[in-house]
Amino acid sequence: MDFYPLGDAAVVIRVGSEINIANHRTVMALVSYLEDHPFPGMVECVPSFTTVTAFYDVMQITYDEVIAQFKGLEDQIVTGTDESSKTVEIPVCYGGEFGPDLEAVARHNHLTPDEVIAIHTGADYLVYMIGFAPGFPYIGGMSEKIATPRLPSPRLAIPPGTVGIAGAQTGVYPIETPGGWRLIGRTPLALFRPKEHPPTLLRAGDHVRFYAITEDEYQLMLEEFSRN
Amino acid sequence: MIRVLHSGMLTTIQDLGRFGFQKYGVIVSGAMDAFALKVANVLVGNRENTAALEMTLLGPSLLFEEDCLIAITGFGMTGMIDDRVVPTWRPVYVRAGSTLTFKSTTDGCRAYLAVEGGFRVPMVMNSASTYLKAAIGGYEGRALRQGDVLQMGDAVERPLIAKGTLSVMARESRFAYPNWSVSKDMLPRYQGNPVLRVIPGGQFEDFTEASRKVLLGERFEVSSRSDRMGYRLSGPSLELTEQVELISEAVTAGTVQVPSDGNPIILLADRQTIGGYPKIAQVIQADLPIIAQVRPGQRVGFELVTLDQAQRWLREQHQNINRLKASLKHLSER
Repeated sequence: MDFYPLGDAAVVIRVGSEINIANHRTVMALVSYLEDHPFPGMVECVPSFTTVTAFYDVMQITYDEVIAQFKGLEDQIVTGTDESSKTVEIPVCYGGEFGPDLEAVARHNHLTPDEVIAIHTGADYLVYMIGFAPGFPYIGGMSEKIATPRLPSPRLAIPPGTVGIAGAQTGVYPIETPGGWRLIGRTPLALFRPKEHPPTLLRAGDHVRFYAITEDEYQLMLEEFSRN
Repeated sequence: MIRVLHSGMLTTIQDLGRFGFQKYGVIVSGAMDAFALKVANVLVGNRENTAALEMTLLGPSLLFEEDCLIAITGFGMTGMIDDRVVPTWRPVYVRAGSTLTFKSTTDGCRAYLAVEGGFRVPMVMNSASTYLKAAIGGYEGRALRQGDVLQMGDAVERPLIAKGTLSVMARESRFAYPNWSVSKDMLPRYQGNPVLRVIPGGQFEDFTEASRKVLLGERFEVSSRSDRMGYRLSGPSLELTEQVELISEAVTAGTVQVPSDGNPIILLADRQTIGGYPKIAQVIQADLPIIAQVRPGQRVGFELVTLDQAQRWLREQHQNINRLKASLKHLSER
């Protein structure tokens, strides 16, 4: 574990140098420890693949004082299964206007669209972190068999709920943003829920499974979710 | 109540930002020039973190439908009521029926308008700040438009005693103000083409020696593709000694990141929570108000300081605001 500053009001705690489940578990354990035992002046913690960044209030504590607080930190944290993490099933209507790149992903990997869907829905994915947009999951564990490079130039607006592939990553766009991912489908679930707490469907540490639905089912679910 | 007659270029409601939700990917947002927003609030008796208007380059036109104590801080425009200048960095009592307009100036980029009690908008995740891309916070999650009506809140921390005197003075004209203002010595070193103080970024050493010298010796132009998310700079290209694949991690306001085209970007209020580009430097918090007032086409340089100095200067800036609060209290008691 090593520490370095991010600017003059945050400190980065690095637990490793590779994206893997062991480092992810340490990151999650560290975040939960710091949230349960915040040091004086701590504002918030942001987990990533291999680091936890702790923001602090410079009026209350200096960088050196924060580092002094971290003495013995490594021995304090208990890596284990996060009890609040959950498995979330995400319905996706693949292809058609919701997934305009499904055919291209299939062609790139010498598969049929149905085979791409079977592979995408056949895995259990881990949410390593949330970022890029509110509620956007950085998901690991997608099969290399459907990996596809990003578009050469990004689309200007991708509708919320769109499921995409970029390289060997898959993800879901929570809000309308520009983006270069290959779009394979769309979910009627809202990933960003600003009026709820937590404000996102997914959290770092959660597991995700996708399942295929028809366009009619998509419309039905969308109506039902917007009513609730 | 204040009616928006013209929206201006980009007028949004902001406070000091939305903290505690970055782990959900929710950006901090908040005032670009947090110092100016804090001072505007303090001058009308509000808490520093109260919702105020951030106005960009071309200001709005606002009709006051009730008497109101306001303060305008920041730069980039001059407030006018009935062809008379409304002075900045001091409280101003404005009578109902007045229309406040703004004339552009040649320097500065953002002005702030605070009203006594703040603007009444719903708090979203503990903040009134407008998050434009997610369409939440502020006034219906968007920039102000013609016809919008702003309600004033009642979040006054310590009512300004001078308000009574000012309201009497304002009987003779549309508005009145005291003969003092915030001392220039208290302000950050605002200037058009500033040298920003930085500490090394996480990958500073991974850049070529030539690139590090260029960063600290040359000037970079602020591109017109700059916004609240970040300032894109153009100038000499910055290069890594060898291409490295970085693992994405948290970034913050002031992070100077360098994408593969070699042109640095200074991340600001609406930055993403996570970034994957190499970070060459980090503008110190105390200088973020200065960069927020730089407009596209102007040039910035960088000067290396230590983390220790950076934290000391930030505390000094904060103490200046506390001193201002104390002197306002003193004025009130007289």
